[in-house]
Amino acid sequence: MSDTTISQGWFTSLANPTRFLALSGRILPYLAAAAVLSLAIGLYMSFAAPEDYQQGVTVRIMFIHVPAAWLAMMCYSVMAISSIGTLVWRHPLADVSAKTAAPIGAAFTFLSLLTGSLWGRPMWGTWWVWDARLTSVFVLFLMYLGLMALHRAMDDPVRAARPAAVLTLVGFINIPIIKFSVDWWNTLHQPASVIRLDGPTIHPSMLYPLLVMAIAYTLIFFTLHLMAMRNEIWRRRVQTMRRQAAQAIGRGA
Amino acid sequence: MMSHETFVFLSYAATALTLGGLLAMIVLDGRARRRELGELEAQGVRRRSDAVRDSA
Repeated sequence: MSDTTISQGWFTSLANPTRFLALSGRILPYLAAAAVLSLAIGLYMSFAAPEDYQQGVTVRIMFIHVPAAWLAMMCYSVMAISSIGTLVWRHPLADVSAKTAAPIGAAFTFLSLLTGSLWGRPMWGTWWVWDARLTSVFVLFLMYLGLMALHRAMDDPVRAARPAAVLTLVGFINIPIIKFSVDWWNTLHQPASVIRLDGPTIHPSMLYPLLVMAIAYTLIFFTLHLMAMRNEIWRRRVQTMRRQAAQAIGRGA
Repeated sequence: MMSHETFVFLSYAATALTLGGLLAMIVLDGRARRRELGELEAQGVRRRSDAVRDSA
C-alpha cells in the first residue's frame, strides 16, 4: 500500500482522533492548571478592586457578567469556524468540536443572562427588559439549545453534522447583531466600554480584574471544550465498536 | 428589598454552581465512556484500525 502520510502537516495530523487524544491528553493538565491559577488571581483582584462610585458593591457582578457574555459569543464563533471545517474540509473533528461546544456556550449565555438580571434589579430597578441587547442574547441562548437538540436528534452523529453546521452558520448573523445592538438601537444596556476604537473607558483598577477574569474564563472554556471533545470521540468509538461486535455476531450466526 | 451584597453573592454562587455542574457532568461523562471502552476491549471487541495495525 502506498504511504499517504508523508505530506501530512501538523494540522492535518490533528484530524486523526487518536493523535488528537494523545496531544490533548498532554496539554489538558497545563491548561487546567492555568485556568485555576488565573481564576484564583482574577477572583482575588475582583474583590480587591474598589467599589464603584455609582454601582457600589454590585460592580463586582460585572467581573463575572462581562466575561460570561464575551465567552457566550466566542463559543458560538468557535462553533461557526468548526462548521466551516465540517462543510468545506470535512475535518472529522470539526463536528466533534461544534457539537461539544454547544452545551458549554449555553452555560456561559445562561450565566450572562442570569448575572445581568441580578445586576439589573438593584441598578436599573428591573430584572429584565426586552431591549435589543438582552433580546439578542436571549435568542443566542435559544439557538444553543436548538443546536444541542439537533445534534442529538439523529442516532448517527455524522448524519446530524451537516444540517447542524448549516444552521450554526446561518445563526452566526446574530453575533454582530449582539455586538452592535447597543449602537444600532436605543438600549437600556450600556454601550461597549472595553472593546472600543478609542480604547477602554474603564479605570484600570476595574479594567485589570475584568481582563484577568476574561482570560480565566477563556482558559476554562478551552479546558472544558477539550475534555468534552475527548468524551465525544470515546462515545463515537464505543458506538462503532458495538456496531462492529453486533455485525460480527450476525456473520457468525 | 435584598441588600446589594445579596445580589453579588447570588451572582457568584450561581456562576460557581453552573460551571461546577458543567465540569462534573463532563468528568462523569468521560469516566463512563472510558469504562464502556474498557468493557468492550475486555470482551475482545477491537476497533477496525487497531486490528489492521496489529496484522500489519
